[in-house]
Amino acid sequence: MRIDCPCCGLRDNGEFTYLGDASPARPDGMDASPAAMLDYVYRRDNPAGPHRELWYHGAGCRSWLVVTRDTRTHDIAEVAFARDAARARDAEKAVP
Amino acid sequence: MRYSLLSVLQQAFKGQRDWTPQWRDAAPKASYDVIIVGGGGHGLATAYYLAEQHGIRNVAVLERSHVGSGNIGRNTTIVRSNYLLPGNVPFYEKSMQLWERLEQDINYNAMVSQRGVLNLYHTDGQRDAYARRGNGMRINGIDAELLDQDQVRAMVPFLDFDNARFPIQGGLLQRRGGTVRHDAVAWGYARAASDRGVDIIQNCAVTGIRRENGRVVGVDTTRGYIGAKKVGLAVAGASSQLAAMVDMRLPIESHVLTAFVSEGLKPLIDTVVTFGAGHFYVSQSDKGGLVFGGDIDGYNSYASRGNLATIEDVMEGGMALWPGLGRLRVLRHWGGVMDMSMDGSPIIDKTHIEGLYLNAGWCYGGFKATPASGFCFAHTIANDAPHALNAAFRLDRFATGAVIDEKGVGAQPNLH
Ligand SMILES: Cc1cc2nc3c(=O)[nH]c(=O)nc-3n(C[C@H](O)[C@H](O)[C@H](O)COP(=O)(O)OP(=O)(O)OC[C@H]3O[C@@H](n4cnc5c(N)ncnc54)[C@H](O)[C@@H]3O)c2cc1C
Ligand SMILES: [Zn+2]
Repeated sequence: MRIDCPCCGLRDNGEFTYLGDASPARPDGMDASPAAMLDYVYRRDNPAGPHRELWYHGAGCRSWLVVTRDTRTHDIAEVAFARDAARARDAEKAVP
Repeated sequence: MRYSLLSVLQQAFKGQRDWTPQWRDAAPKASYDVIIVGGGGHGLATAYYLAEQHGIRNVAVLERSHVGSGNIGRNTTIVRSNYLLPGNVPFYEKSMQLWERLEQDINYNAMVSQRGVLNLYHTDGQRDAYARRGNGMRINGIDAELLDQDQVRAMVPFLDFDNARFPIQGGLLQRRGGTVRHDAVAWGYARAASDRGVDIIQNCAVTGIRRENGRVVGVDTTRGYIGAKKVGLAVAGASSQLAAMVDMRLPIESHVLTAFVSEGLKPLIDTVVTFGAGHFYVSQSDKGGLVFGGDIDGYNSYASRGNLATIEDVMEGGMALWPGLGRLRVLRHWGGVMDMSMDGSPIIDKTHIEGLYLNAGWCYGGFKATPASGFCFAHTIANDAPHALNAAFRLDRFATGAVIDEKGVGAQPNLH
């Protein structure tokens, strides 16, 4: 498996570290109820199919990436900087 | 047919003509008292214990492929009970005791071989951690011996004791640990369950779980609808998919683990050895191949095959431990889909849905648990309440905080 890092190009997956599903967002402030934290910390969809996930390019540019990968075939459909994905999410939240 | 020395001799004279199939390949009935989903080791052992211990014989095991196609036929066959934490300790020791009498219980040669499991240490800190683990085991009546370098040398002289980076200082040995022929465990439980009335239904994938008034009433399958008073899930790597059928999200990720076997050799290593400075472990099968493996690949996968980075890592671990391995050829390698839980420990519990039970989260170490898992899951299903041995393996421990994190790494499945 190779990951096409937007900074470094196509690199062996051994250069990257995996964190997990990219979708859970940490509940903050008063939203952080025990139930919400249980969901965030422990529960996962764990789909057999496309999965958005966080990878860290530790042996390269040291960027966090959001990779969209099919867990049945390991085919990678999309790779983006996690920073951009996070900013896009925040921008959505900021809309009044 | 009962297997015995006499039956083997008789068949030898009859040209091996009269052996009968080991279990009935059943077709589904309209309904059952209990349906177990998943014909792996845990599902089959559960069915056996339901029939044998609880007198519940109107039982079906539904397997989407064939018996033995899942992790029960893919693992590296190591059994041990060298755990440290309450919850795990009594459960895995029960499993070890059940292994010790398995062949008599089910009249089947599962090649249970208590050849010992030796975990090596390479630093003072690691020795202290193993001393603590060994003491924890001994307090609970489980055998453990802390060996120094000379004692390890006497057992496995061919290892690289003076490796510049990872010198071997000693090891923690559990002599009662060892290996069991994995396929034979599946076949033996299938035969024992079938003999007691259980229907083993292969090529029958569960596609939906039906409920009425909040209670389970049956399952949809690729071979039609089958009614059931109770349904137990024992599908290992597919646990999240089955749970999703009833809108449950589990504290589980599915990951791929790869194992390897070398070309056949004369007897070379008569125990199980694990490297302590990386993840690598090795034993020798009775056919002669070295069976070895290491870490999971570390990312969600349902592909049943890993990638080269992990293969390289396993080989490097092997070479650091035992340089002679470099002369060997790898015959084949394969992967299995592991149900990695968020604390590295399993779940054997009821669910919030009446009549639905869950057995999951076995990570890469569920083979050794097979007999005790079947024993406890059958008890939980039959009595609608857990046995004392699986009382800690609750699904709600992630909500209450009573997690059982043997490695102490937190909610990160690829680190367990
Ligand atoms: C490479 C490798 C090495 C391992 N080494 C060890 C080891 O040395 N020691 C150890 O203790 N453990 C080891 N394990 C772990 C161990 O094999 C597993 O934890 C254990 O086998 C899981 O339980 P099982 O036998 O019931 O699973 P499985 O055999 O996987 O059974 C689950 C079954 O459910 C079926 N299923 C899935 N979905 C459906 C559906 N929708 N309908 C019907 N059926 C379905 C599957 O086809 C499968 O047969 C290893 C695993 C692997 C892959
Ligand atoms: Zn990069």
